[in-house]
Amino acid sequence: MRTKWWVPYAFLALPLLAYSVWVIKPIVETFIISFTNWDGISKTFEFTGWENFKFLFQDHAFHIALLNNVKWLLGFTAVAVPIGLALAMLFNRQGVLANVCKSLIYLPMTLAFVVRAQMWSWILEPRHGVLNTFLSAIGLGALARPWLADPTLVTYALIAVALWGQIAYAMVLFLAGMKHVPLELVEAASVDGATAWQRFWYVILPMLRPAMVIAITISIIDSLRAFDIVYVMTRGGPFGSSNVLANYMYIQAFHNYRMGRGAAIAVIQFVITFSMISFYLRWVMREERGRGS
Amino acid sequence: MKRWRWVRYLFWVVITIIWVSPLLITFFTSMKSLDELLQTWWLPPRTWHPENFPQAWSNGKMGRYILNSFIITVPSLVGTLFLSSMGAFALSSYRFRFAVPILLVFVAGMLVPFQMLMIPVYRFSLNVGIYDSYLGVILFHIAFQLGFCTFFLRNFMKTLPLSLFEAAKVDGARDFAIYWRIALPLVKPALAALATLEFTWIWNDYLWALVLIQTDRFKPVTLGITVLQGQWIAQWNLIAAGSLLAAAPPVLMFLLFQRYFIEGLTMGAIKE
Repeated sequence: MRTKWWVPYAFLALPLLAYSVWVIKPIVETFIISFTNWDGISKTFEFTGWENFKFLFQDHAFHIALLNNVKWLLGFTAVAVPIGLALAMLFNRQGVLANVCKSLIYLPMTLAFVVRAQMWSWILEPRHGVLNTFLSAIGLGALARPWLADPTLVTYALIAVALWGQIAYAMVLFLAGMKHVPLELVEAASVDGATAWQRFWYVILPMLRPAMVIAITISIIDSLRAFDIVYVMTRGGPFGSSNVLANYMYIQAFHNYRMGRGAAIAVIQFVITFSMISFYLRWVMREERGRGS
Repeated sequence: MKRWRWVRYLFWVVITIIWVSPLLITFFTSMKSLDELLQTWWLPPRTWHPENFPQAWSNGKMGRYILNSFIITVPSLVGTLFLSSMGAFALSSYRFRFAVPILLVFVAGMLVPFQMLMIPVYRFSLNVGIYDSYLGVILFHIAFQLGFCTFFLRNFMKTLPLSLFEAAKVDGARDFAIYWRIALPLVKPALAALATLEFTWIWNDYLWALVLIQTDRFKPVTLGITVLQGQWIAQWNLIAAGSLLAAAPPVLMFLLFQRYFIEGLTMGAIKE
């Protein structure tokens, strides 16, 4: 549509102003703060070069947080995405029962992480919690564990809590993708004698490619964002064993008043997020081109 | 074939029950007395104690926290929808040099980890005197949600026929009138989907309230639950009741506008 040159900018003035103040400028500032020793209170601070990053690379707690984020990433991509796909295949029908079941499965997604954390804290509580008492009741008492107090188990327990909603999210994305799979094609394969597995693997799955790309990208981003569940359920404990980058960053910056160090963690998170996404997207594009030729 | 159908139905029901069992258990927990809570586990309560809810509401101040959540969520939602729809309108209806770079800035901003913003936003709020107030959180939510909302609405507005706007223009309509009277009514379904989604996201926010609010009087319900947890150590029945109260508004929103909610989740992700 034709108009005076300044009209689009007039529409964009307020959104861009707000975005600059609260999003763009802070990103730049975090990069700068990551090279300082600012404590969050003092008016002044000094530039300390790569000091914060050097510290983190030698910091055992940081290594644990980084490793835990890798576990979260694997949990979200290698567990939530396939199970979400399986559930989507299972529930890809219409009808009252299917719709009611789907709504109930989606429901956890609408709950705040804090609420989910509260619910699962009770379920995982070691003495009276539902999971352990249930295990003893069915004769598997030997499997009962202090889920959130055992440093070797706690991260897996937290990931399991997060998967409750994440699987549903993946399922929603795949169900939406399945609307674009033409039924005739699946039926044609069936007429040609393809088994159910072959129909899934050779006909349906390739057509779900866009949904797969999105589900994996979103899972990567969400796994690196994990904060609420960790902070509310364990504060990263016991002894920092369940820390993730986001949580460690918050603790460094707002509990220990080491803003410079916190900013450095944020920068590392930023670099990881964008390299994961761009690696993945580049791989997808190359595959796509490979197919075309 | 018929037999298989029943197997499938059974499968559906079993999976769904397992899936919602944490919610059911929380509901049972919220209705129990503390004594019973320590004896029986996942079973329904033998005696029902609905008075846990009023107690969480008034003694636990959940009523106040829920009010705060509304005070924060509603203006944030209205503000972000208004600003992002203006931006999306400009980005989709006019050709101008910086249209694509500006869109890319919004999209990139929405992928950035929250931690990148935390320290400077905290510092900025402190410096301009909006730290520890409703306004500080509201303005932040409006700005931060612009990335996703602008991207989402632009994609939707791109599908509108430009000729409609051009015809209005020929009839002498001003640009703002075209946006307000023609474009906005046409994207009502997208706005509805976005509104349901954003309501849930802003209502459920914990991190930004944690960073930007300190005084109990201003805390939204997500922070309120954790206050409750500190106050009522091991009184899981009351904490469960409080959590369910906190979850009620977004759950209700979801049940009422489920179609929009799901459309929002997938439209935002799949349209590119």
